[in-house]
Amino acid sequence: MRVATVGTLVGLPVALLAAYALARWRFPGKIIVDGILHLPLVLPPVVTGYFLLLTFGRQGFLGKEIYDLFGITFSFRWTGAALACGVMGFPLMLRAIRLSFEAIDRRLEKAAGTLGANPYWTFFLVTLPLALPGILVGVILCFAKALGEFGATITFVSNIPGETQTIPSAIYTYTQVPGGESQALRLSLISIAIAMVALILSEVLNRRIQKRIAVFE
Amino acid sequence: MKGLKPLLSVRTLQKRPDFTLDVAFESDSALTALFGPSGSGKSTILNMIAGILRPDSGRIVVAGNVLTDTDARIFIPPHKRRVGFVFQDAQLFPHLTVQQNIKFGQWFNRSEKHTLPLDAIVDVLGIGALLKRRPATLSGGERHRVALARALMSSPRILLMDEPLAALDDARRSEIMGLIERIRDEFAVPIVYVTHRVDEVRRLASRVIRINAGHVVAVGDAADVLGP
Repeated sequence: MRVATVGTLVGLPVALLAAYALARWRFPGKIIVDGILHLPLVLPPVVTGYFLLLTFGRQGFLGKEIYDLFGITFSFRWTGAALACGVMGFPLMLRAIRLSFEAIDRRLEKAAGTLGANPYWTFFLVTLPLALPGILVGVILCFAKALGEFGATITFVSNIPGETQTIPSAIYTYTQVPGGESQALRLSLISIAIAMVALILSEVLNRRIQKRIAVFE
Repeated sequence: MKGLKPLLSVRTLQKRPDFTLDVAFESDSALTALFGPSGSGKSTILNMIAGILRPDSGRIVVAGNVLTDTDARIFIPPHKRRVGFVFQDAQLFPHLTVQQNIKFGQWFNRSEKHTLPLDAIVDVLGIGALLKRRPATLSGGERHRVALARALMSSPRILLMDEPLAALDDARRSEIMGLIERIRDEFAVPIVYVTHRVDEVRRLASRVIRINAGHVVAVGDAADVLGP
């Protein structure tokens, strides 16, 4: 729970910035940046986890720096699990937020400009509130994905109960021990419930966006 | 209007592969109409005055304030121009109430000395009963009245209207034209008005700039340009 929450919250501002950049700016290599950001969606999670281990592990070039600067270690700690979950959920969040930015009528932003709002105010008073349903959809999907993250997490930070164990890795552990079936089933049901709630919530929010746009046709 | 003459001076040149806009005109009129067929470039001119578009070269001066001057490398961004823009389809903020929409512009210009009185604007435009509602629940005519109020509350030096009546039926058009006349006369805000409709020009404009294919083809009062 804590792992997924932190992973999502830390990823959110990054996703907002990246989504805005991809939706609004034109820059060289945009397709490649887009591709890299979406990689975790299609790569085998174990590969993502392995690369996280290489970069953020204690001997990894970023992991070392971050430890020296902030005293934070990722490998085999819950922070690492959060990082892995965040990275895995990030593309889902990015996609939802980007689509909601692209759906906003840019003339509204121009209208805000002629009324005296500078670009920053316009972003916070017009763009962001209008994109809010899409941002929530992204956060929910990312959170659900983070809760269910297995491959990248287990590769990067292993499976330590109470530290780096996620729901799927707990289920996996239970299925490996005799008599763990009922526990595994219980956790599976919980994770189905979470996924359903997340999907329904995001669908409801999506419909509300559609409605809003339709009215202003 | 502070006696600064001319009130509006525009000279812009913009070259595109398929279209060249090359106009120069001045006006001291309370309501200047940019009149011409669709695609003649009149909305482009309006967007350049607002700073939404940047001309390749040119100079735009409103009431003594240089807003654009490509030779002097001056380009004031839209939010510092104090121009009110009334869009064809109102462009109210859907996530704000009518009241919040109207106050949006006021809030950013609250340091201005001469703000127009909110009560008078709400009164003239007859939107007192709408203040708590959301734009989605308003009719087309109501949205336009709110859009006018919003633009006025930003205490603009000049009001730019881009075919503000195009989306309305005849009864609503006549009603909003009456309101535009009152804004012109009671709040003393000069207006630049883009349209392709002769009846709007005749009723509202004291000066007409007729534009065709990116060039000014006639300047004068309505009778001069349109004939009696």
